Amino acid sequence: MSQRATPPHGGGRITAPLPFPTAARPEVADSQLRANLRRATRTIRGKRQRVVDEVPDWAALRDAGAAIKADVQRRLPELLERFEAAATAAGARVHWARDAAEACRVVVELSRAAGATEVVKVKSMATQEIELNEALAESGIAAYETDLAELIVQLGDDTPSHILVPAIHYNRAQIREIFRRRMADAPPELSDEPRELAEAARTHLRRRFLSAKVAVSGANFAVADTGTLVVVESEGNGRMCLTLPQTLISVVGVEKIVPSFADLEVFLQLLPRSSTGERMNPYTSMWTGVTPGDGPQEVHIVLVDNGRSAVLADPVGRQALSCIRCSACLNVCPVYERAGGHAYGSVYPGPIGAILSPQLTGVADNASLPYASTLCGACYDACPVKINIPEVLIHLRQQAPHPAAERATMRGLSWIMRNPRRYAAALRAARLGTGPLGTSRQRRTGARTLRWLPWPGSAWTQSRDAPLPAPQTFREWWEKR
Amino acid sequence: MVGEALNARDEILARLRTALADAPPPVEVPRRYRRAAEPADRVEILVDRLEDYQAAVHRDRDALPRILAEVDRLAVPADVPAAWLAGFDGQLHRDAPPLPLAELDSVDAVLTGCAVAIADTGTIVLDAGPTQGRRALTLVPDRHICVVRTDQIVGLVPEAFARLDPRAPLTWISGPSATSDIELNRVEGVHGPRRLEVVLLTPEAAG
Amino acid sequence: MRIALFITCVNDIAFPQTGIAVTRILERLGHTVDFPTAQTCCGQMHANTGYRAEALPMVRNYVDVFDRYDAIVTPSGSCTAMVRDQYPHLHPAAASVAARTYELSELLVDVLGVTDVGAEFAERVTYHPTCHGLRMLRLGDKPLALLRQVRGIQLVELGDAEECCGFGGTFALKNPDVSTAMLTDKCRRVLDSGASVLAAADNSCLAHIGGGLGRGRSGVRVMHYAEILASPGAPA
Repeated sequence: MSQRATPPHGGGRITAPLPFPTAARPEVADSQLRANLRRATRTIRGKRQRVVDEVPDWAALRDAGAAIKADVQRRLPELLERFEAAATAAGARVHWARDAAEACRVVVELSRAAGATEVVKVKSMATQEIELNEALAESGIAAYETDLAELIVQLGDDTPSHILVPAIHYNRAQIREIFRRRMADAPPELSDEPRELAEAARTHLRRRFLSAKVAVSGANFAVADTGTLVVVESEGNGRMCLTLPQTLISVVGVEKIVPSFADLEVFLQLLPRSSTGERMNPYTSMWTGVTPGDGPQEVHIVLVDNGRSAVLADPVGRQALSCIRCSACLNVCPVYERAGGHAYGSVYPGPIGAILSPQLTGVADNASLPYASTLCGACYDACPVKINIPEVLIHLRQQAPHPAAERATMRGLSWIMRNPRRYAAALRAARLGTGPLGTSRQRRTGARTLRWLPWPGSAWTQSRDAPLPAPQTFREWWEKR
Repeated sequence: MVGEALNARDEILARLRTALADAPPPVEVPRRYRRAAEPADRVEILVDRLEDYQAAVHRDRDALPRILAEVDRLAVPADVPAAWLAGFDGQLHRDAPPLPLAELDSVDAVLTGCAVAIADTGTIVLDAGPTQGRRALTLVPDRHICVVRTDQIVGLVPEAFARLDPRAPLTWISGPSATSDIELNRVEGVHGPRRLEVVLLTPEAAG
Repeated sequence: MRIALFITCVNDIAFPQTGIAVTRILERLGHTVDFPTAQTCCGQMHANTGYRAEALPMVRNYVDVFDRYDAIVTPSGSCTAMVRDQYPHLHPAAASVAARTYELSELLVDVLGVTDVGAEFAERVTYHPTCHGLRMLRLGDKPLALLRQVRGIQLVELGDAEECCGFGGTFALKNPDVSTAMLTDKCRRVLDSGASVLAAADNSCLAHIGGGLGRGRSGVRVMHYAEILASPGAPA
């Protein structure tokens, strides 16, 4: 067989340790978590809808965003080379990392070379993905998360549960408890007012910002023509990290490229409205290499593959690389709202995680995630770059390893249903076989349903009555009329 | 290290080329979105959007001296127009030579201009150009007073990009520092300046 | 116009009254309905669960059976979406028959130009727009436009109507906990609406919601909206 070699898959925190249904069970049962998620996702959905509805050319912006990303995917090698040349010419040093471990090694070595025993961090999905904080800690370098939600998660020894708001699973009272327990300089009378909590974080991090030598960031966009990186944020922690330390290391997935500076005019309209539901986020920083006398004088960029080339190799699945990490799909997803982000077991939760994580790792290592969706389509409608998430989910389900019993059942059903005679006979048999069940219950209760079925139907009847075959099928009615 | 990095580069580029072996067709990018705003009152829209995000907006000719009268220690870029400081009798911290961070952290406010302002999104863009200074100057002080000339206001985001040069470090500011990290409700005031005050001046008044 | 009814497997075995209702509505409007008995299943469950190869024979059968009709009508938003959205990618000759396959409200409103089908139904009804009808077929308010013309009906609003009920085909079996949590919220909204009947365009979703409502002994009935449009005279 002369099959084209698929690029290798990635590593890091992208593999669900437990199947989604197993991991979701305790989360669904946690009523506090359910209430927190319900409240937060409802708030953001409303805000997003309002600021999207006021944009008369939203559909045109989505079309442009989707097309720019598709174009980038098609020309990715060439655009990366162009980006490298432009960034280098502007004074940045560009490094490449094949996988999570290599990316961590590069950042550790650069931090050491800068003489740092601690680094301040801007919220970044890429560094979460490659488990950079753990790698830095192993090398004796402390990484301080400076985004409020990342700080909450880090202080709580927890993992992020949302792309944009990693601490979405906590409410204000829980956040106050984490601060009281784990933040040494938290005021003893700290209340659960968000304003006071934000103030505590400001005080806690202020000295660290002013003294840090090295900052680590990700990037929302990397401009091929100019070598520019872009970080979109709200609190100003990003500006602090990107401006004050002498050395800046940015870890950037290879898919973050956009061709030209002007292409940002599309994404800076799509992203803030889709993510925080704002017309524009409070701060966006753009920098191109080194600016003498202004900001970091040592600028490093680590371009990371870690499975992205494997995603690119799938003509249907590669659209997942268009993702701009806005989280709109999470916020509208009814499954995410019930199960929460931890159930997905990857730094990428929700609908986008369900198509991205299995492609980064190979579907066999995340086989339950493509099934963590009802295919309701709300994610596709909300996606600012029109990723057809249901299409990719169905596509990945074809590649997923199937349980033997399910496979046998599906094949058997297919064998019956492909043939009109076998099919008609089966309908009749099913009707006759279940007839007595129906009549006895119907006689007692008047309902043509069953309250209990044996496995695998028990998964249905644990919470719902099951419909029974009718006393006469439609085709029997048709033939008699 | 250099050799290894080069290997990673070549290998990643080779992987990506392999991944595109199906030769996807060229993509035409449809740009049917608005590139320029219809003539409308940009100033009014900008004010509305800025105030929506809790920035204070001043439009009268005497706004600047009035605001500065309540400031004791004021940081300014080296090239701040003298006219903006008329009547200011507090301590002036001029960023020339560059002020130490501790000093920036101790001032009451910073006064700068901007490069562009976007009405549609209530955004002020700094490009480290004239009257703006380096990035740290507008970041460390807790109060940012920003002069926007009315001829610097554009309608839409694409119009701003047309006026900006990516080689300069750019900072886009839309309201004061804020976070939505607690229950996805926006609260103003975290690490960046907690107060943003915008003073709108006509080109003549701005000097 | 030669109209064929594609009943769908779920309706054939468990909800024949829906097919009977569709037949009566169209005949009442003066159309002849054919039911080609060689039809089986659209293959959606197989395709969406990861068994596309096993779905293909059903796709071929559908194309063979229905290609000769001017219009094919289906009382299922989900099966219509399968045919219309997925078939053209699965079968080289399916595009044309896929384009002629209509969910009932599309046939009535768009093709036949009818909203008043002469029905009468004196109950409080709330309508749940099922996901594939809503977001794949973009049915919009076509089913509601039909229901609004029904004499005696009292339509009441369903809260969070556009949110999925948690059925999702095999999702309900593979992810029972999440599915049940979604179902519970949907049932609460149905009860909050004060309706005595919940209507929708998909009996599979209705079986799921109805199963949950039945478990709660709520007294709310679920009905395919075609059965309401066929009233009076539809079989109970």
